Amino acid sequence: MDSLLNAARPPVFCPGCSHERITHTLDKAFRQMGLTGERICMVSDIGCSGLFDTFFHTHALHGLHGRALTYAAGLKLARPELTVVVTMGDGGQGIGGAHLLAACRRNLDLTLLVLNNFNFGMTGGQYSATTPPGAAVGSGFLNQLERPLDVCEVAKAAGAPYGVRCSAYRNDLPDVIQRAIEFKGFSVVDIWGICPGRFSKRNRLTPKAIEESLDRLTPADGPVAANQRREFGEHYRELAAAQRVVPPPLAVTPRFAPVSAARQEVLLLGSAGQRILTAGELLCLAGLHAGLKATQKNDYDITVLRGPSISEMILSPEEIDYAGIDRPSVLVALGPEGVARRKKAFESLDEQSIVLQAAGVDVPACRARLHRVDLKAQGIKSTDWALASLGVLAKLGQVIRPEMLKAAIEARLKGEALASALKLVGGVEPGEWV
Amino acid sequence: MPLTLMEGNEAIARGAVAAGCRFFAGYPITPATTILNHMLAMLPPLGGVCIQGEDEIASIGLCLGASMAGMKVLTATSGPGISLYSEQISFAIGSEIPIVIVDIQRLGPSTGSATRGADGDVNFLRWGSSGGLPVIVLAPADVADCYRLTVHAFNLAEQYRCPVFVASNKEIAMTRETVELEHLDAPPLIERTPAAIRPHLPFQTAAGERVPGFLPIGGQTLVRQTSSTHGPDGYITTDAAEITRMLDRMKQKVEGAVARFSFVEHVPAEGADTLILAYGVTARAAGAAARMLASQGRPVALLVLKTLWPVPEAAIRRAAGDVKRVVVVEMNLGQYVHEIERVLPGRVVSFCGQMDGKLIAPETIAEAVTHG
Repeated sequence: MDSLLNAARPPVFCPGCSHERITHTLDKAFRQMGLTGERICMVSDIGCSGLFDTFFHTHALHGLHGRALTYAAGLKLARPELTVVVTMGDGGQGIGGAHLLAACRRNLDLTLLVLNNFNFGMTGGQYSATTPPGAAVGSGFLNQLERPLDVCEVAKAAGAPYGVRCSAYRNDLPDVIQRAIEFKGFSVVDIWGICPGRFSKRNRLTPKAIEESLDRLTPADGPVAANQRREFGEHYRELAAAQRVVPPPLAVTPRFAPVSAARQEVLLLGSAGQRILTAGELLCLAGLHAGLKATQKNDYDITVLRGPSISEMILSPEEIDYAGIDRPSVLVALGPEGVARRKKAFESLDEQSIVLQAAGVDVPACRARLHRVDLKAQGIKSTDWALASLGVLAKLGQVIRPEMLKAAIEARLKGEALASALKLVGGVEPGEWV
Repeated sequence: MPLTLMEGNEAIARGAVAAGCRFFAGYPITPATTILNHMLAMLPPLGGVCIQGEDEIASIGLCLGASMAGMKVLTATSGPGISLYSEQISFAIGSEIPIVIVDIQRLGPSTGSATRGADGDVNFLRWGSSGGLPVIVLAPADVADCYRLTVHAFNLAEQYRCPVFVASNKEIAMTRETVELEHLDAPPLIERTPAAIRPHLPFQTAAGERVPGFLPIGGQTLVRQTSSTHGPDGYITTDAAEITRMLDRMKQKVEGAVARFSFVEHVPAEGADTLILAYGVTARAAGAAARMLASQGRPVALLVLKTLWPVPEAAIRRAAGDVKRVVVVEMNLGQYVHEIERVLPGRVVSFCGQMDGKLIAPETIAEAVTHG
């Protein structure tokens, strides 16, 4: 097999840099595997490890510091047949730490080569995530304060199914890299090397010293038994294929006359859990069945099980431009939190407006006509009050009529929910004007 | 005519799928999350991919990788996510990677109010990337726009090999409204042009062209992509003349083409001395205000911009005609108004803005026209 090294762009590392050794080693691994350039994408980011993509006759993507794994994941998901090899430095393990963890947890078939030389070579030898606290580096005393990261231990804890920690001077490194690439899943090879330009100028570091340091650690030399599982992409495609195709959106053909030729604004004021938003949608769908244009704006707190739940609807025979509600024609008070949040809306009501009040929910004094219905006394649960209130409006001929509401419910709900909703709105006693 | 009730975010997702998007990655953030939800429901059964990234930086990174592999890609977030996207956006600009980015704007600054709308990011989208090269930003005013402008956004991203933003707003994104699906006049689809020149240089343009032809990573021809300053061959360069040629080309390919995608709606009014200029959801209140004023015997012209960046200067000058005054209405503290001052020197340009989580009411705009 021919070399995949780019003859026009030979490596440009400092003399003695272990990155150069790894460049040739990786080429040897590719050759051993019989891979051709178009079957490989080298993905790199910033730093001296980021020069790797230029030395190979392969597809290449060179991006932002620490983000190489993000591009690699997108490439691999889009082209599962591609061999994707990522080179990052020890710096990338810090800035891109979240992506390392995600790659380990995800187990997409990528190979990450960490070119670990214990410092930021390119920017002046500052300390990185793997710098020993005793090293003299370009960050003053700061590295004395932090504990270096063991890439393989972190990867293992995060679920990586394959991890190797080794020296750049290991004789069988091409085989080590080949096995990592051939592993079907996410593989990490943490390769310890020497940065002669920066690190070993101030710190005594030799291949022998690297070996001795490695020997003191729990070895990481291949598959992690506890983390073996299916490769993400293959599993994804299997689950994806079993998903149902989303049906086209519900389309309503108008078949009733609207209640009014005027723009109607309705405010549903309730509490979380009262299914206010669903009721709002049903009111709009009822309007659509009468050929009306509709808008629905919702307002609720981030705590979806507590606090106010408000839905604002406009039904109009004309196109609705401004979708805000300033003077509702109908205001439905179903829960104290919603009423409290929109206290001001009551001030704007006039004699033409209606307030539909669920008994037990206090409303501020206002000029609107008040209609009260005791839903609790009818044995209706609070979760059904919003829907029941639509039944009341329909029976009163306010904004919607019973046949519009029935059509909306039939279009939106199915099975048990449909039957119980129809029963609820058909059976609700409408209460009385106060 | 069948009517459908749909929120803006669903329309964006459906527009994207109709445009051929088969890759989405995003990170949950109100009010953009429902785009992720819809894409997750729609893409996998179509053989596409939808991923929830570990963060925003990863989400857009995944998209850039997939785009370089040849897919049409979408991501969606809100202002805080755009901040995190920023460095990757610069990458997409400088390395000519097609991507559609939806920003569902919410009230800022910072984490601000997750469930309140604003148009506070319009200048951020234009200027929030290192290097300051132009981007395309489209702004929907309603749910139908969300669908059709998303299709346009994909076409533009493919055609010009650049990031294209859809600058929506919580008030459109999470508001359901009536649309007639059969009447959504989406444009025919445009695909990225395959590179024809051999040997292939990833950033070489054909004679007379400003956009390099595209070949995917993973195809039979080797492709290089790089975030470094590069020449046509995709290798780092320090040659000032080459750098100038590349950056000028990237600026010109977008700014020089804006006449072809200047989406605006101009409603002239006979005898009007004032033009109301608005975009986004506010354009609807501006329309209501113009009608309200007309009914009171005060004709006012209206210009709705759906292309915000590059500034559709010719269309703005044309619509401004000989009006004396332009009232720029924005759901922020005054951003795009400065572009209008620049484009229309010598006119009285007034600003009507509000950024309090509420829609600007037609009465507020009418008041600004009458007494502002």
